[in-house]
Amino acid sequence: MKISQNKLIYLFATLFNISSTQAAPMNNDDKQSVYKEECTSCHMAYPARLLPARSWQKIMNTLDDHFGDNASLDPTTIKTITQYLQDNSADSRHSQHTNKILRYLPQNSTPLRISELPYIRHKHDEIPSRYIKANPRVKSMSNCVACHKAAERGLFDDDNVRIPGYGRWED
Amino acid sequence: MLSLRKLFIAVIGLNTSSAVLASTTVEQLLQEYQAQGASQFSTESGKIFWNQKFYSSGTHQQRSCSSCHTANLRQYGKHATTGKEIKPLAPSVMSKRLTNPKKIRKWFRRNCIWTLGRECTNQEKGNVLMYLKGL
Repeated sequence: MKISQNKLIYLFATLFNISSTQAAPMNNDDKQSVYKEECTSCHMAYPARLLPARSWQKIMNTLDDHFGDNASLDPTTIKTITQYLQDNSADSRHSQHTNKILRYLPQNSTPLRISELPYIRHKHDEIPSRYIKANPRVKSMSNCVACHKAAERGLFDDDNVRIPGYGRWED
Repeated sequence: MLSLRKLFIAVIGLNTSSAVLASTTVEQLLQEYQAQGASQFSTESGKIFWNQKFYSSGTHQQRSCSSCHTANLRQYGKHATTGKEIKPLAPSVMSKRLTNPKKIRKWFRRNCIWTLGRECTNQEKGNVLMYLKGL
């Protein structure tokens, strides 16, 4: 039987009753799991790279009033999720999209909604209201995943767009 | 290979154990609330509370637990703002429900504030748990 090193360590820790609070430090994937576990009860897992670190900081500091909901969490969980979101934020990785998100955004502005980013607004400005706001199966720009079927995997290209009731989007 | 019968027994076994876990968890919380001064809990009061409407002055909305979870807890609910699906709360449908005290505390805190504009009292929480665990 093959036992991985991690399992052996775990077994050892269990046998000798080493407290689980002394767990190994979390890596990025572990933190992402905490983010998903905690945040997706109410909404899709918004990709961290769509907002700058300062926005995530502000969101995580104001969970008591999270767009009208109380989304309060314990301090340890807040710290883990904040770290994940900041480590993977728009400022942390350079891509065509993150560069544009940051370039269009005034430095002194800290938006809380992805849908209010100038770049995201610009990308959607040709789309008629009946496709989004007035579409009962979409309702809001915050509901990315209604049309961007692979949004939670961070894919927003036109090929992955299906507008409920209308189908593909032809640019 | 597992026979169908064994699988059936295993599934029943799993269900029973989480039902037991749910009632142990609820029992533990009820005792905690009583130790902090709550009196006898009532399933009936829990049900009434569940459907009671509270006026939210900030939004001019009438809110209740059933705004999101609906009045039929064996069915899927829907988040009032985002529209995201909420799995049924009834332990008879979702066996994991009411098995984690940390989650119960978290959701009571958040959802009481949204619905009532304040945290629920221990009495209210105990009554609701009595109602939920029988579903």
